[in-house]
Amino acid sequence: MFDKILIANRGEIACRVIRTAKRLGIRTVSVYSDADADALHVALADEAYHIGPPAARESYLLGEVILDVAVRSGAKAIHPGYGFLSENAGFAEACAKAGIVFIGPPSEAIRAMGSKSAAKEIMGAAGVPLVPGYHGQNQNPAFLRTEADRIGYPLLIKASAGGGGKGMRVVWNSPDFDEALAGAKREAMSGFGDDHVLMEKYLTRPRHIEIQVFADSQGNALHIFERDCSIQRRHQKVIEEAPASGMTASLRVQMGAAAVAAARAINYVGAGTVEFLLDEDGSFYFMEMNTRLQVEHPVTEMITGLDLVEWQLRVAAGEPMPCSQEQLVIGGHAIEARIYAEDPAREFLPSTGRLRHLRTPAENANVRIDSGVRQGDEVSIHYDPMIAKLVVWDSDRSSAIRRLRQALAEFQVVGVTTNTLFLGCVAAHPAFIAGEIDTSFIERHRSALFPEAVPASDRIMALASLDLMLEQTVEAGQRANSSSDPYSPWHQTNGWRLNFDNHHDLYFVDGEQVITVVVHYRPGGYILDLPGGSLFVRGERGSGGDILADLGGMRVKATVVRHGNILTILDQGKSHLLTRHDPCAVGDEDEVAAGRLTAPMPGKVVAIMVETGARVGRGTPLLIMEAMKMEHTINAPCDGSVVEFHFEVGAVVNEGAELLNFAAETEMPVI
Amino acid sequence: MSILKTSLNVNSKEFRANAESMAAIVADLREKAAEIRLGGDERSRAKHLERGKLLPRERVRQLLDVSSPFLELSQFAAYKVYGEDVPAAGIITGIGRILGQECMIFANDATVKGGTYYPLTVKKHLRAQEIAEANHLPCIYLVDSGGVFLPRQEEVFPDRDHFGRIFYNQANMSGKGIPQIAAVMGSCTAGGAYMPAMSDESIIVRRQGTIFLAGPPLVKAAIGEVVSAEDLGGAEVHCRTSGVTDHYAANDGHALSIARRIVGNLNRQKKLPLAIREPVEPLYDPSEIHGVITTDSRKPYDVHEVISRIVDGSEFDEFKQLYGTTLVCGFAHIWGYPVGIVANNGILFSESALKGAHFIELCSQRGIPLIFLQNVTGFMVGSKYEAGGIAKDGAKMVTAVSCASVPKFTVITGGSYGAGNYGMCGRAFSPRFLWIWPNARVSVMGGEQAASVLATVKRDSMEARGETWSAEDEETFRKPVRDMYEHQGHPYYASARLWDDGIIDPADTRMVLGLGISATMNAPIEKTSFGIFRM
Repeated sequence: MFDKILIANRGEIACRVIRTAKRLGIRTVSVYSDADADALHVALADEAYHIGPPAARESYLLGEVILDVAVRSGAKAIHPGYGFLSENAGFAEACAKAGIVFIGPPSEAIRAMGSKSAAKEIMGAAGVPLVPGYHGQNQNPAFLRTEADRIGYPLLIKASAGGGGKGMRVVWNSPDFDEALAGAKREAMSGFGDDHVLMEKYLTRPRHIEIQVFADSQGNALHIFERDCSIQRRHQKVIEEAPASGMTASLRVQMGAAAVAAARAINYVGAGTVEFLLDEDGSFYFMEMNTRLQVEHPVTEMITGLDLVEWQLRVAAGEPMPCSQEQLVIGGHAIEARIYAEDPAREFLPSTGRLRHLRTPAENANVRIDSGVRQGDEVSIHYDPMIAKLVVWDSDRSSAIRRLRQALAEFQVVGVTTNTLFLGCVAAHPAFIAGEIDTSFIERHRSALFPEAVPASDRIMALASLDLMLEQTVEAGQRANSSSDPYSPWHQTNGWRLNFDNHHDLYFVDGEQVITVVVHYRPGGYILDLPGGSLFVRGERGSGGDILADLGGMRVKATVVRHGNILTILDQGKSHLLTRHDPCAVGDEDEVAAGRLTAPMPGKVVAIMVETGARVGRGTPLLIMEAMKMEHTINAPCDGSVVEFHFEVGAVVNEGAELLNFAAETEMPVI
Repeated sequence: MSILKTSLNVNSKEFRANAESMAAIVADLREKAAEIRLGGDERSRAKHLERGKLLPRERVRQLLDVSSPFLELSQFAAYKVYGEDVPAAGIITGIGRILGQECMIFANDATVKGGTYYPLTVKKHLRAQEIAEANHLPCIYLVDSGGVFLPRQEEVFPDRDHFGRIFYNQANMSGKGIPQIAAVMGSCTAGGAYMPAMSDESIIVRRQGTIFLAGPPLVKAAIGEVVSAEDLGGAEVHCRTSGVTDHYAANDGHALSIARRIVGNLNRQKKLPLAIREPVEPLYDPSEIHGVITTDSRKPYDVHEVISRIVDGSEFDEFKQLYGTTLVCGFAHIWGYPVGIVANNGILFSESALKGAHFIELCSQRGIPLIFLQNVTGFMVGSKYEAGGIAKDGAKMVTAVSCASVPKFTVITGGSYGAGNYGMCGRAFSPRFLWIWPNARVSVMGGEQAASVLATVKRDSMEARGETWSAEDEETFRKPVRDMYEHQGHPYYASARLWDDGIIDPADTRMVLGLGISATMNAPIEKTSFGIFRM
């Protein structure tokens, strides 16, 4: 076994590998970019080396640099994790040349599976089932019709040169074929100047079932059962589980055998995953093979009690696999949910920012959290915005789903938008609970999975108001303690007035709406005038933003996280965002903002819309920024002109960076 | 320290009757205060709000630290004085906290007669300045006033303690390092223009605040120039051109936040000249004072029952407990501050006066603030006492009270009559604060006594002329005198004329005293130099 390994990755997978290495007494070396100088994977490793700027192509993708670190640090092997260099045959070869073990399959195996069409040919030859189809040169309509009848219906005709749905037809029955073929060819010709088509069996409701395979250098190969990864959006897995619901023992044997055959066909060594499409009729077809450890490997670990990283290390060190196919058994059911910094309501656009507050459910035998970030870390534009993998286990699927829902409700993230509520909706959907899942699940149940933003309830407003009032009481107490007159009744926070009761007005912005809450001071608490009526509330604050509240006799435990004027109220598994509006601060903000226009998020300047010095009216677009896939236009705040743009097109800017200097002709607006 | 034991039975018929009676009096006080709190009439307030301005009490609220107390002064000023409503005399004054610093706040109420200065408005403004000066409290003027109320100019303009005194005070306080800050949130005309101009730092709200020595009508009349108020004295003029104001505010809220920022830059630190300790609530609920005070003012009650409901832990170390018992003196703590308490428990005799003078000397020597709980019909009369030199002994107490320079606080809890008022640090003896309970009465003597004295004088002169005076006629003579004394001795009447700093619910006494003591600690305690005690 190696005494020291280098992990050529970052984030949760780097941390995951380090965890096993530590358990096995193997010393670890991390590499990091500028953006990750304070990252968890750096803190956990025994050694860490800086390898370059944030962009992956200038750091985590630099095989030579990483190899050099490995040599310098004395690491005997490199674990590539997933992504980055994990399926880079050239890197695997370079490792071999440098005398360092690449913890993964031989470069030939990587290469063999690298090209999808070549991979299919190899698999076809090895007897692994492929989606029936015709990809040949003969375009004679009568010949194609014969082929179509052989393949069966429904059938998909696609333009060979095509894309984007043009020249594509689904044929449901044989009699419709001729007309559909003609139509597809016509569109293909007009669209691409080439009427060449190919045909494939059309799977109506396919499931994504993958088989975990493992092979050692002694020539042993086995499979560690299946994972169902059908819940996907835009071809990205969202929820994975093992075993697959409705999987029969015989189908498992068949698919397992096919997967092992696939691995053997390319002389595979190490951990790999063979992905299949499973049709409604039980037939399954090879899709592709991933020659690395998958993101979702923990569900397999949870139902088998194995540590796949340990297996990887042992196999890479030349040891045989720790057990045989017969010794492997499935215990219980595991589900993984990927917690992403993304906004499901905006087409899952990644969300970046600082994790102002991060609290994960407690880990135990039933709940596992694989994460590479901590509270205070930044989710940047440079890498995958995954915050954590939440993995739950229980004796059966429905119990596991219950645990998943509970754990998702306890997952608290403030600072970036996350998909936890969306995941909760998936987990709660009757079709999901019934196991009626396939790759178009999210699309089909869209309306139920993307709940519309609801205005803040009185309960949320009450929690926010109470939290603010308690906060200022705590602050007053702190001020009192550091004061030279610490016991003075002037430190009191009951809003005392001579001969009458006092109140305090709080203003919240909820979406587009401004809500006023009048707080009346009362002994021991407050009466709140909320949109739905008045309520006596009292409570106390705990640590980490916890608040124990009594809302008109109802005891509530919630969490309120405050950052500047933004309050995030985490209650009953949902998070609600309110912005506090301080009437006294308005003018000040304006004063500060006057003439300065700043980047609302980190991103790239993609266009400059006006010339320096040109007079523009209020609202004129001045500059366009792009962050991830989202454009953001910076408009003129009032009539005036741009004195100077501080960035050129293409420049990468940080959040809050001053983009340009604007000279106002009229006064800046005051809200 | 020794703990006061209560002999009060909160379930007794008498306690409940007392409490009920006081509750009614306090309810009336709160009801009147609620009316005063509104300010001007609905139309004026609506117009004020329409202009995007905040009402003065809202300005005060936003100026102060969130949820912090506000010790309002002279709340009943001008109450039923002018034959027209001038709530709070058109100005709100009081002590409040800005960024932890106690400040004196002045907020003109433009919804009351355009915020113009009636005679009592001036008196109230000057009284607040007097408190600010004595206690070194930074002054924040939220100006929104049309200046002198012209129909009453003779009572507002010419005399020493009239309008001009405001600016004299500003200059002298500034000279003593007591910051003067003005935010012009509305008109600031004529003499009023000096308010921001005399300030250390000033703020003006754009399109809302105006400052000029003469407004557009007067300018037109004088030199024929036609100019708008904004062009004549708006924020643009004064921030960019004249330099009369230093800070340009977008609106009321902004102006208030600038004012807070200014206070944040004052670089002041309170140095407590007292040995404080952690406060403890009284053992007995302060609101029980309602049941202590007898409904019949002639019926005495034990003042220890009041003290035990005001001081920390109801702990009271009495001085000369067995001597001159009609005056209770002793040491205690209120909100952790050491205090010396001088409280009436009956009529004043020579012994009581001597004891009081001695105790005041002790407190002055030790720098301990003095609290007078005043409920006194006066000094004992009669030949025996005159011959015993009660005038001389009373004078000793009055000398001690006059000269003691430790902070003095007076609460009139019942009767405040005659020389008792003097010996117990009445208004003329400049306590830092003087509060009055709503059940109290202030006059040179009781209405009944006054009627008797006047009737006796009249009867004597009639009898000298050989005339007779029927009992019926005498009663007809006496009643209006009694009525007049009752009317003029009432706290509403007294407070309206600023004979005190405010009417307070007895249950609030502890809070009000605590706030007051803490506020006075902004100024150092001066060394006392007593006058000659007549021996």
